Amino acid sequence: MSWATWGIVLLRVVLVFALLLVATIINVWAERKILADMQSRIGPNRAGPWGILQTVADGLKLFFKESVIPKKAELGMYLLAPFLAVIPAFLIFMVVPFGAPFTIGGEEVVVQGADLNIGLLFILAMSSMAVYAVVLAGWSSGSKYPLIGGVRATAQAISYEAAMGLAMVAVVMWTATRGEGGTLSLAEIVARQDGNLFWIIPNWNIVPQIVAFVIFMIAIVAETNRAPFDLVEAEQEIVGGFHTEYSGMRFAMFFLAEYVNIFSMSAIAATLFLGGWNGPTWEGALPAFVSAILPTIWFLIKTYAVIFVFFWIRATLPRLRYDQLMTLGWKRLIPVALTWIVVSSVAIGVRQFGIPWS
Amino acid sequence: MGLVTELLKGLRVTGWTMLKTITGQERYTTEYPHQMRDKPQRFHGRHVLNRYPDGMEKCIGCELCAGACPADCIYVRGKENDPENPISPGERYGYVYEINMLRCIFCGLCVEACPTEAITMTKLFEMSTTNRQDAIYTREELLMREDGSVPHMFPDDELANQEDLLTADGWLRATAPSGVAAYEGVQMWQATPGPASWDPEPSQEDRDRRAEPEGG
Repeated sequence: MSWATWGIVLLRVVLVFALLLVATIINVWAERKILADMQSRIGPNRAGPWGILQTVADGLKLFFKESVIPKKAELGMYLLAPFLAVIPAFLIFMVVPFGAPFTIGGEEVVVQGADLNIGLLFILAMSSMAVYAVVLAGWSSGSKYPLIGGVRATAQAISYEAAMGLAMVAVVMWTATRGEGGTLSLAEIVARQDGNLFWIIPNWNIVPQIVAFVIFMIAIVAETNRAPFDLVEAEQEIVGGFHTEYSGMRFAMFFLAEYVNIFSMSAIAATLFLGGWNGPTWEGALPAFVSAILPTIWFLIKTYAVIFVFFWIRATLPRLRYDQLMTLGWKRLIPVALTWIVVSSVAIGVRQFGIPWS
Repeated sequence: MGLVTELLKGLRVTGWTMLKTITGQERYTTEYPHQMRDKPQRFHGRHVLNRYPDGMEKCIGCELCAGACPADCIYVRGKENDPENPISPGERYGYVYEINMLRCIFCGLCVEACPTEAITMTKLFEMSTTNRQDAIYTREELLMREDGSVPHMFPDDELANQEDLLTADGWLRATAPSGVAAYEGVQMWQATPGPASWDPEPSQEDRDRRAEPEGG
């Protein structure tokens, strides 16, 4: 590979990294502002205009704080856990395409960290890795509440990952009918959602796969440990859950991981179901630069729409009880997801081969 | 399906609230240091040692407040007045007067015990200090100024509400005629147990006339 190729790869990675960090800063602030609006409060309004620098201030504060290590902590695991949380969170977003590929100097550049042909599997793997961080953090802290949080995380993540994976299966099956063979590459999945399904209804997977979308949304809320599924860090019951014993920069890393995860998962939801960066670019009517940047803007709008749903649900719903969480996961979501797979595969079969008895 | 309808109901509440808040509905937050809420009339704030309208101190150093204090936070020592240059109209005056605000529970029993209404409570409540020594208010810090305002610990602080010092309840209650026009004609203190039963607050003109020295 030439130097230019390497440079482009490096640039992409740095770009994804920067995007995630900036998005986190905005997301934390936006969440607090939106929650405040929903509760008729003001929200952060001191640091910077409209308080937008609040996250930066909080981050700086955490940076200068002491990172206390509990006496009973299993030191190696205790120090490793925050990194285990952050790294998968960033890696997940690496496979998400956040802009239309373009050609520069004869070289095709995909606007994406890396176009893996096993993208979806990679996402599932990485989101499972993130659970290790929670479990290990909870266990290695040598304290009761984090341990409870960690144990809860184990069961919760396993249950909801199953539902998430099954929802993805339905999407992959549907995507396979939209082009040449099946694919797990997110870039390809986005490309196959181009155009209109009929009339002005866009060819997004949400239209035929609405049930899968709902299951996926519920599962990613549980997967990122957000309200109403935040039993892992339920403040009222188990202090801070798995990150109770973490302070300073190590806590900041968990915090960062949580918000990066929200952004990544929302981006994946937008990619799988809402057409990713697809959208009108009005090429020719607008300056070339604007047309080139528009897909990224569409992508961000869709992602933030999903993130807004996260915040909205958090402002609305109380936390589930543990048995309710398990009931919802195993007795509702997974049967519905399995049924949906059967239903959509039958539908796909009928579309392709016709009704069997005719 | 009940689950889904309940979920939508909840989402509607939060969604509407957000829309209304964004489009100008009032928010419930009071931005405290910049925006003060009205305090109740009988707010139990920090104490003040009052003066008579002629400038004499009301405290006669009897230590009844210290005796009544359930938290033992008041320390008083009286001293004989100099007959040529009296500080209070009685025989003695409060020579040392200290209140430890860290101990004080703001019950107001000292106010009830005082025979001359020398000690009353203001509406001031911002008393945070950076060390324990500062929390012990001395006579100088408690004694009302000649103009009827209450001394403030940090008068130069930009957040110190100087108007609050003038309209402190202590001035209103103890040195009637009142300083607050809004309370004209209002009888403030009817059914309180204890010796005091106030007349309705007189008008501002009355107050001014009485405040002036005889024949002036």
